Amino acid sequence: MDILRMPRRDLVTFVLFAVVVLAMPVWLQPLGAAYPALMQKFVISAIFAIGFNILFGLTGYLSFGHAAFVGVGSYAAVWSFKLLTMDVLPAIVFAVLVSGLFALAIGYVSLRRSGIYFSILTLAFAQMCYNLAYSVLTPITNGETSLQLTLNDPRIIDRALATPGAGLPSPSLFGNVFSGLEGFYFCAVVLLIAFFITLKIFSSPFGMMLRAIKSNQTRMNYTGFNTRPYTLTAFVISGMFAGLAGALFAVTDPLAGTERMQWTASGEVVLMTILGGVGTLIGPVIGAWLIEYFENIFSAFNENVVQRFFSFLPPEIADPVSAIASKFVGEGWNLTLGLLFVLVVIFLPGGIMEGVRRIGALFRRSTPPPAALRPQPAE
Amino acid sequence: MDAILAQLLNGLDKGGAYALIALGLTLVFGTLGVVNFAHGALFMLGAFCAVSFRQLITMETVTIDPEQLSPWGAPLEVRTPLAQTWFGDFGAVLVDYSVPLSILLAIPVMLLIGIVMERGIIQYFYKRPHAEQILVTFGLAIVLQEVVKAIFGPNPISQPIPGAVRGAFDVGAMIGLAPGALTYPLWRLIYFLFSLGIIGAVFAFLRYTTFGMVVRAGMADRETVGLLGINIDRRFTIMFGLAAVVAGLAGVMYTPLLPPNYHQGMDFLVLSFVVVVVGGMGSLVGAVAAGFLLGILQSFASMNEVKQVIPGIDQIIIYLVAVVILLVRPRGLLGRRGMMES
Repeated sequence: MDILRMPRRDLVTFVLFAVVVLAMPVWLQPLGAAYPALMQKFVISAIFAIGFNILFGLTGYLSFGHAAFVGVGSYAAVWSFKLLTMDVLPAIVFAVLVSGLFALAIGYVSLRRSGIYFSILTLAFAQMCYNLAYSVLTPITNGETSLQLTLNDPRIIDRALATPGAGLPSPSLFGNVFSGLEGFYFCAVVLLIAFFITLKIFSSPFGMMLRAIKSNQTRMNYTGFNTRPYTLTAFVISGMFAGLAGALFAVTDPLAGTERMQWTASGEVVLMTILGGVGTLIGPVIGAWLIEYFENIFSAFNENVVQRFFSFLPPEIADPVSAIASKFVGEGWNLTLGLLFVLVVIFLPGGIMEGVRRIGALFRRSTPPPAALRPQPAE
Repeated sequence: MDAILAQLLNGLDKGGAYALIALGLTLVFGTLGVVNFAHGALFMLGAFCAVSFRQLITMETVTIDPEQLSPWGAPLEVRTPLAQTWFGDFGAVLVDYSVPLSILLAIPVMLLIGIVMERGIIQYFYKRPHAEQILVTFGLAIVLQEVVKAIFGPNPISQPIPGAVRGAFDVGAMIGLAPGALTYPLWRLIYFLFSLGIIGAVFAFLRYTTFGMVVRAGMADRETVGLLGINIDRRFTIMFGLAAVVAGLAGVMYTPLLPPNYHQGMDFLVLSFVVVVVGGMGSLVGAVAAGFLLGILQSFASMNEVKQVIPGIDQIIIYLVAVVILLVRPRGLLGRRGMMES
């Protein structure tokens, strides 16, 4: 298998990553986050983030509409459940194909412009999809009530093979219904495949080309290079990753709603990526996990928890402090998210990976590389 | 004929709001070269200036009067607005006209917010890539809207139109149609005229004052103006404040038309960006023209006759126009060469 051959460095990264992901139920135990629903969310968000990073991290094109592809993927997967079969593989393949087609159409138009225009165009397309899903396309999307499975869905293949049992069927893999951890392991394996593909893209000539486009697109054009097929391919791949994430959301919970397509969801994946480190392999995954973890922990807090937390302070101080702090947890989680966003962009634009690198450099006390070797910002 | 005219009128007020926000966005672009994703939040903050002004002015004392009974037998609560106890009838007028009067509150508040925002965060982002400018202002927009949500709650708070202008204006009678054939709510007319006034004032300010002249010179060539010994940065900061005031005023006057809620800023921001792109990045006239154009197009698209032909067109017409414009005329209707193209 030639495709599986890779440099030792990448192989080590991949094996370490696989161990970390598969051992999640173990090391998340002390953190109190080792239940399947949350771990599935970790894994799916990570897929979304690394897919987004293929576009933003490698080419520098900042898309503000990636949530649309997640939504499309979810709808496609649920429709596959409804029309064909409850098996997850056809659903995932169908979802990835449909979101890839969407990405092709949207990318073809949006990539005619770059920079801020591109961001606005993708945002406009995502809003368009959201508005349509909410209004005219209700026969397909079921609008506000979300698309759900019903008892009298056709499910052609399933019905041809066996008579349906009572009650709503659940997604299954070759007839085995997922229960608890199995769903998580399935998503984890998908994440590993996605990570492997990303690893390959990062070290391929194609990945180099994308980085070259990021550092200086004009120069690429002057050397007689048509950059658009490359950026479009990156856009479609990253859209397919988003669609895959959407399909997995539908696999873990066969329900598709419009809220997955909202601009806030697009903003969240941007934040995950920059928090972890744009353009790095592991960064987006770390960003996604941190945000999902804190979202889960913080939104569960309420005023009482906060008051207990600050109860070591004298009451004159504890009351105002906990009153302020309670604005940042529970319902106010978005406020924390926004602040985090601002702080990360101001102080650590390279994300956590950049921070780790800086700390590492401090300890190594190595002399900084001469100015000529440092990357120069492209003009 | 009058159906078309009616839609034309309907589009004007919404177009006015788009034009005002787009104008501010373009001003910030042109002067500071910053893509401000928090501009919609400024519109929303303006609207909440009106809300807080009204809450301030309608503060009331509640006394329980045991002598009088309410219809269901409980002691009657007598509510007297403080404004009325202090100022008498003038107080009642004050309450009635709370929305237009809150402009007086909104101008200094928005100017302050704008200048604090520029000095506090945005000034550090002039030299950074556009992607980082977008990200930091996007985060700022989330923070602002969450703060407003924490203070005012998640539900829209409707604001009344002053009693004197609550009626409708008979446009049809003016142009020779049968009376009542074509009417237009007075407040919408006021909003349209108000937006025209603000736009005119901004243009006049840029055109006929020395300050405006310096700012225009700085937009054309910032470095040379700086070399001439003019502190162009300070003037640009003030322009940011001015853009915030314009967005805020647009928000204040829009409150009776759309009860303000904390996330309206983002809804308007996306549309206003589209407006700016259609008008042409960096062109003030383009932003205003595209604002009205898209407002009117949107109201035409929401006509039932049109919706029957193409269902859902009212939801996406603006985005569709933007896509077509960007493909056919990439710089927008009145865009200049080389603006934000890198």
